[in-house]
Amino acid sequence: MASYSLKINGKNVSFEADSDTPLLWVLRDELNLVGTKYGCGIGQCGSCTVHVDGVATRSCLLPASRLGESEITTIEGLSDDKLHPVQEAWKELDVPQCGYCQSGQIMTASSFLKQNPNPNTEAIRNAMHGNLCRCASYNRIEKAVALAAKKMS
Amino acid sequence: MKNQKKTTFSRRNFIRTSALAGGGLLIGFNFFNSCKEAAVPAVDVSKLNFNDFNAFIKIADNGYVTIFSPNPEIGQGVKTSMPMLIAEELDVPWEHVTVAQGALDTNNFTRQVAGGSQSIRFGWDALRQTGATAKQMLINAAAIKWGVDPSSCSASNGIIKNANGDELGYGAVVNEAASLEIPENITLKSPKDYKIIGKDAINVDIDKIITGQPLFGLDYTAEGMKFVSVSRPPAFGQKISSFDATEAKAVNGVSDIVQFGDKIAVLASNTWAAMKGKKALKVEWKTDEKLESTTEHDKKLNAILDGKDLDVRREDGNVKIAFAEADRVLERTYESPFLPHNCMEPMNFYANVTEAKVHLVGPIQTPAGTAKRIATLIDRNEEDIHLEMTRMGGGFGRRLYGDFALEAAEISNITKQPVKVVFSREDDMAAGIYRPAIKYRIKASIKDGKITGYHLKEAAINSNMYGLIPNFFPAGAIENYKVESGNYKSNITTGAWRAPYTNFLAYAEQSFFDELAEALSMDPVQLRLDLLKNVKDGEDKSIDYSAERMTNTINLAVEKSNWGNSTNGVYQGFSAYYSHNTHVAEVVDITMKNGQPYVEKVTVAVDCGIVVNPTGAKNQIEGGVIDGIGHAMYGDFSFEEGKPQDVNFNTYRLIRMKETPIVETYFVENELSPTGLGEPGLPPAGGALANAIKAATGQIITKQPFIKSLRDRKTDLNS
Repeated sequence: MASYSLKINGKNVSFEADSDTPLLWVLRDELNLVGTKYGCGIGQCGSCTVHVDGVATRSCLLPASRLGESEITTIEGLSDDKLHPVQEAWKELDVPQCGYCQSGQIMTASSFLKQNPNPNTEAIRNAMHGNLCRCASYNRIEKAVALAAKKMS
Repeated sequence: MKNQKKTTFSRRNFIRTSALAGGGLLIGFNFFNSCKEAAVPAVDVSKLNFNDFNAFIKIADNGYVTIFSPNPEIGQGVKTSMPMLIAEELDVPWEHVTVAQGALDTNNFTRQVAGGSQSIRFGWDALRQTGATAKQMLINAAAIKWGVDPSSCSASNGIIKNANGDELGYGAVVNEAASLEIPENITLKSPKDYKIIGKDAINVDIDKIITGQPLFGLDYTAEGMKFVSVSRPPAFGQKISSFDATEAKAVNGVSDIVQFGDKIAVLASNTWAAMKGKKALKVEWKTDEKLESTTEHDKKLNAILDGKDLDVRREDGNVKIAFAEADRVLERTYESPFLPHNCMEPMNFYANVTEAKVHLVGPIQTPAGTAKRIATLIDRNEEDIHLEMTRMGGGFGRRLYGDFALEAAEISNITKQPVKVVFSREDDMAAGIYRPAIKYRIKASIKDGKITGYHLKEAAINSNMYGLIPNFFPAGAIENYKVESGNYKSNITTGAWRAPYTNFLAYAEQSFFDELAEALSMDPVQLRLDLLKNVKDGEDKSIDYSAERMTNTINLAVEKSNWGNSTNGVYQGFSAYYSHNTHVAEVVDITMKNGQPYVEKVTVAVDCGIVVNPTGAKNQIEGGVIDGIGHAMYGDFSFEEGKPQDVNFNTYRLIRMKETPIVETYFVENELSPTGLGEPGLPPAGGALANAIKAATGQIITKQPFIKSLRDRKTDLNS
């Protein structure tokens, strides 16, 4: 066990964990931030996506020992009182079916739009290709990313 | 199927009212008794306590309404659409309605199931009548207050009015309404007066979903709860021989290791430690039964198709004579692999077995049946069991089976601790209950330019098509028609998978019709329309698809898809299929890129009767169609020596964003009772895609996944 302190969603938090514990399980089991989902554990599905220093990252593959001084944002911290434009777009277009993968989708989309605020369809499809949605709400995810871009411009 | 049909049960039989302590009205109703047509309640309802009701409407004294939805939500949208039916007839603004998952108690929830796309179909009459009954009670209460005849009053948008122009909000009369008799002979609204039904209602859990609030089974936690990872036999046919837990026990956070049956549970203070502990177990497995492989299954299924040991499921006329007298006979065999469900939320369940009670929480499509099995398993009275359902991260049939909940209960019973069993993705994909591998052989005869005989044989692992499936189209449309089935019993476990059987049967038949159309030099859509002309609706009671509705659905798909007029390298494929009481027709548009098909668009026409929630309905169709395309293209799952060959998404391929077509959905407009949408969008998709590939390349694909045949083709071209 080792002690860690991190900035998560703008707050300083401390926790104890084995050095190999992935950030995903630290968030879920130690910090009770369960919006970040477990889907595959091998970085293939994107359900566990969080922002590490603003960049979309698979939290299931990021061990506690490699977190360093990074600032982490999870779905719980993406917005304050008001929804993030990506969340607004998700709501407006009624994207989710079961909803399980959607926090990962939203974290991928919000990070992508920061880097590419005015994407075309192909860029959106490329950016979202790594996030699985078993309910296949892909059409709406694609439209919601485009709508969010519009809202942010 | 008529909309205004009177049901034969009495309101009194399934509704009770009660005043709420803090002010307000609580209306309880027995949803699962009431939602079956002409239902006979299983018990004497007049003797029931209020607690015995399983669904509730709460109207607060400010007029705001809470509807407790009893049905499991797996992403099919019933937590939104079922309360819409109540709110419509209660006549309250949808914005004043809050929806909560119903009170969770297996003693009361005896008929809760999500499956078969039936929730809306069965709930249509009962939910509307419940809302309308509540509205009438509020009107009656207001009329008493005013001293006027209730028939001179009306209610709309949560406000009651009388002929003198007086107004009262629902909240102002809830306490009085609670003591009134339950009114009978309620008239329901005409569809033209609907204000909520037919309008988009966003998923009621949307805010929680998009902000990551706890909703799912995996998110559940309780004081002192241990996380559990379970080691199960790696191959079907294996059992435990011995194990060494020394290294597993040494993993930081691991607290207990217990064997139960042929499995070993590793309990730990967090999920990661439990998973690590499981990996550190040294287990010797022994082979107890035959270890089966896919190559062997292929041989067994082929032998069934070649043999005579099949059960006749439907037989019209005489196919033998039709084939003997035919000008031409076509035959084709279609093959599909096992498929795992792969819900994004892996299987999991919480259990806390104590002397006082058994507390269970988690995602389950069949809470009542599972509670019963658990009671038997751990030798407890059913009354001790309290089961709570969470939102489910997908179901697709997998959560009909409570194996994971039974594991949790057994482990908690042994260790006397609150536990949550969590499947890793690898556990989830390898633990069993798959769509069975199936083969269909279809043979048809043509004489004088007409299809005269049709013979379909099914060879499946473990079980066969059920219910009315043998009577689906083209049953009734071809004079000599026969369906037979046989199965091979395997120790690999199988079960229902979204649109069971028809998820593959539709592809086989709808591909075969395209070949028949070519043999007859006909447009494939025209062939279906001509065959449907042979069916007179209602004549054969065993046939519950409607030729008229299917024809209308096909025509809508043809109109919207620009069928037959595609240009610019776009190739089209058509398919139409009736399942789960809903008629669907689909046209797939593909282009070819580097010798591979690229699915551009799918145009879908659907007749599901009245569309309760258009945004939710379209979401189901979009998802079902893409799911159908994805599994037809990529879904592959095989066994070697009893062991599944893929256990995670690095090798098991699911459809992803760049491979997805745009789905355009159109609904046939009518005022017929609504039917379900969770499943029926899927079955036609694979056939429409196969037909588009045939149109583009001439290649006839007879196996799922298509990607294998397409790769073979590419190799052929290059060589």
